[in-house]
Amino acid sequence: MNFLLKQIKKVKPHFEKGGRFEKLRSVFDGFETFIFVPEKVTSKGSHIRDYMDMKRTMTVVILALLPALLFGSYNIGLQHTRAFGIEGWSLMQMFWFGFLKILPLIIVSYGVGLGIEFVVAQLRGHEINEGYLVTGMLIPLIMPIDVPLWMVAVSVAFAVIIGKEIFGGTGMNILNPALTARAFLFFSYPGWMTGDSVWIEGLTKGTAVDGFSGATPLALAKLDEFDRMPSVTDMIIGTIPGSVGETSVIAILIGALILIATGVGSWRIMLSMTLGALGMGLLLNISGSSEYSQLPAYYHLIMGGFAFGAVFMATDPVTAAQTNTGKWIYGALTGIMVVIIRVFNPAYPEGTMLAILLMNVFAPLIDHFVVNANINRRLKRVKTT
Amino acid sequence: MSTPIRLRKGLNIKLAGKAEKILLPEVPVSRYGIRFADFPGLNAKLEVKEGTVVSAGSVLFHDKLIPEIKYVSPVSGVVKEIVRGEKRLLLEIVIEQQGSEKVDFGTADPLKLSREEVKGRMMISGMWPVMRQRPYHIVARPAAVPKAIFISAFDTAPLAPDLDFVMVNTQGGHIQTGINALSRLTDGKIHLSFDMDGSRVAEVRNLKGVELHTFTGPHPAGNVGIQIHHIDPVSKGEVVWYIDIQDVVALGRFFNTGFHTRDRIISLAGPGVLHPKYHRTRPGASVSAILKSNLIDQHQRVISGNVLTGKMITADGSLGFYDNMLTVLPEGDYNEFFGWATPGFDKFSYWKTFLSKIIPKKEYVLDTNMHGGHRAFVVTGHYENVLPMDIYPVHLVKAIMAGDIELMENLGIYEVAEEDLALCEYIDPSKIEFQEIIRQGIDLMIKEMN
Repeated sequence: MNFLLKQIKKVKPHFEKGGRFEKLRSVFDGFETFIFVPEKVTSKGSHIRDYMDMKRTMTVVILALLPALLFGSYNIGLQHTRAFGIEGWSLMQMFWFGFLKILPLIIVSYGVGLGIEFVVAQLRGHEINEGYLVTGMLIPLIMPIDVPLWMVAVSVAFAVIIGKEIFGGTGMNILNPALTARAFLFFSYPGWMTGDSVWIEGLTKGTAVDGFSGATPLALAKLDEFDRMPSVTDMIIGTIPGSVGETSVIAILIGALILIATGVGSWRIMLSMTLGALGMGLLLNISGSSEYSQLPAYYHLIMGGFAFGAVFMATDPVTAAQTNTGKWIYGALTGIMVVIIRVFNPAYPEGTMLAILLMNVFAPLIDHFVVNANINRRLKRVKTT
Repeated sequence: MSTPIRLRKGLNIKLAGKAEKILLPEVPVSRYGIRFADFPGLNAKLEVKEGTVVSAGSVLFHDKLIPEIKYVSPVSGVVKEIVRGEKRLLLEIVIEQQGSEKVDFGTADPLKLSREEVKGRMMISGMWPVMRQRPYHIVARPAAVPKAIFISAFDTAPLAPDLDFVMVNTQGGHIQTGINALSRLTDGKIHLSFDMDGSRVAEVRNLKGVELHTFTGPHPAGNVGIQIHHIDPVSKGEVVWYIDIQDVVALGRFFNTGFHTRDRIISLAGPGVLHPKYHRTRPGASVSAILKSNLIDQHQRVISGNVLTGKMITADGSLGFYDNMLTVLPEGDYNEFFGWATPGFDKFSYWKTFLSKIIPKKEYVLDTNMHGGHRAFVVTGHYENVLPMDIYPVHLVKAIMAGDIELMENLGIYEVAEEDLALCEYIDPSKIEFQEIIRQGIDLMIKEMN
C-alpha cells in the first residue's frame, strides 16, 4: 500500500494547477480519493467527523441493487430460452447469458455518465460526485434488455446534463436522473420502450416459438386479458418479462432490507408508497366498474416496476420530500398516482415512472407545507405567551 | 422537582480516554492568555499596551459597543504580548504572571443591591462576560431584562467532566450567593437542570430561588440551548441568559470576597492523554503544565473544550474563557487504503453501515481526519435524529446560505448556537460545516437587527 501511495503522491503534482495534466485533475482526484481516503484533517467546527462519506453511502445502495441485478441477469437468460424454445440450459448458463447481455448496458451507462461527471467536475473545480455510481447502475436495470446501446448513451447524456448538471449537480436536481433517462427514451423512442417484444433478449429481431408472448403483466392487464397473466408466485419470484431489474419482488425486497437496516433508504417512503397504492387499489375494488379496477389491489405491488420504484427510485433523498412528515405524504401520493395512471390512463400501461417523476416535482411543495407548519408553531408560541 | 424531560434524539460518541475521577491540585503557570475568538461578535477596545503591569482584576479591554463591559486580567503580571492577525485583527493578549496583586472590588450582599448595582459590580470587575444570552450565543447585553436565566448542571459532550464530581470538590458557601445575584437580574425564573442522577452536593440540591429540572437522553441534552428549548423557548423579541455552573460559584465568590477569581475544575481527557484526570486551573492559564509528560506522542491535537465544539490550541496555549475541559486526540493526517469500503469493526459511527454497530466496543479512538470530501447535501432525515429540538436543521442552514433573514428567523435562528448543531456536522456524510454556517447566520442576524 505504501508503495502505491508513494507512486500516487509522486505523480500528483502533474495533475495539480500548472502541471502537465492539469486538465485531468478531477479525474485523478476521483481515482486518488477512491483508492485512499485523503489525509485531510478538520480545520474548523467539530474536530472529529464520522467515518461515513458519500462513497460509502452510494456503495450501500449499489450493494442493495445487486440482488436485482443478479436475478435480472438470470431472468434474461430464462426468458430467452422460453421465447425461442431452447431447452436444457442450466441455471448458470442462463445467468451467464443474461449477464453478458446486460454488461454492455452497464458499461455504456457508466462510461457516458461518469465521463460527463468528470468533465463537469473539472469545469466547476469540484470533486467528483459519487451520485452517478448509483444512477449508472439504476439505468440498465430499468431498461428493456433489447434497447439499442446508442439509445442508452443518448438518454444517459440527456439525464445527466439536462436532468442534473444544469441544476448544479448531485444534490441540486429536481428529477430523479435515472427515471429522467428512462422517460427520455419512453417519449422519444416509444417503440423500443413498450410493446411485447423489447423485454425479451433477441425478440425484436427474431421470432418466438408459437404460443409465446413477451407481454408484461401490465400490458396484459391493459388489454383486459387477465386470464393470460402469470401467476402471483411467478410475479413475486420474478420469472416474467419486464425491465431488467424490476421483475423480482424478492430480490428487490432484499435490497429494501439492506437500505432500511443501514438507514440509507427511507422506510417511510417505501411503506407509505405501498400503502398508498394498496389503498387506491382497494378503493377501485370497491367502486370501480371496469375489469381492471376489480383486479386485487396487491397485484399493483407485484406487477411492473412498482416494487423497484418504491425501493430505489422514490427514495432518492435528493428528489424525494426531505422532511419526515413530507415523506409520508410524498410516498402515499406516489403510490396513489401509480395506480391511477395504470388503471385510468389509456396510453400507458405502466404508471410508476411517471408517478415518481410527477411527485418529484411536487416534493418541494410538500416540504414547504411541512416546514410552514413548523414555522407556524413557532409564531403561535409568541401569541400565546 | 418537575417530571423528567425525556429526549430521544442525539448521540453519545464513545470516545476513549475518559477522565478518571481523581482531582489534581493547581500547578502554578507563568503564561496566561485571553483569546478574542472566545467572544464572537465582540469589538474590543484595548486598555493596555505591551509592558503594562496588571493585577488580577485589572481591565485589559472593553466592548466598544457597550464600554461598561470590561474584560479583566485573570492574574497579576505584565502584558507580554498582544498577538494580532491579518488586518491587525486582535487574536490574544498574553500575560506573564508575576506577584499576586489583586483588585479588591469590595464585598456585598447581592440581595441588598438593586439590579443596576449588581450589574454595575459585575461589569466593572470583569465578571459580566460569564453571562451569555440567546438569541445569538454571545455575552449578555446588560440593557435587556431576560425572561429567565438558565444553568445546566450536567455536560453530555464527549468526555465532558462529570459536573457533579466537579461540584463535590468545589468550595462551598458561594453558590447560593451566586444564585442570589442572578435573581436580581431577572423578573422570571432561574432554571437549573440536572441529569437523572441529580446532585450529590446538598448545597446544590437545596438551592433556594431556582426551579429544578431533570433531563434524560444522549448528547446534546446537557446543552443549555436544548434545555431552554424544552423549558421556556426563545421567541422573536425575547431574551434569556445562561451561565456555567462553575461561574455561578465564581460569581458568588466575587460578591462574598470582592475578588475576581474564576478558579475552576476541568477534565483532561481524550485518547491522546496518558493520565486523563481532573485538574484545578483557571480560564486563561497555559495548559502546558497540565499536558507536560502527559501526551502519548507529539502528533496530537490539543483542544480547549470538547471534540465537537472546542478550539484547537497549541500545547502551551491557554484554556478558553468558557471551557471546562481539555481534549487531546490524534491528528488524522494519514491516507487510508479504501477506507470508505472497510467493514468498520473498530470505527465508531452514527451510521449503521459499520460493523461496529453490530459488535459494539465500549470506547473508540477517533482522530481528526475528515473521512471524506465535501459534497452538496444528499442524505435526508438523519440530521433531525441528532437534534432534540423542533427545528429543521438543513432548512435552517440552507436559509442561512441563501441569506434569507425572515426565513432564518422563522426557522429558529434565535434558539440555536453552533454547539447545538455540532452533531449534525459530525454525522454528515457530505462534510458540511454546520457550525461555521450557523455562526455566519447569527452574525448576519446581529448585523441586520441592530
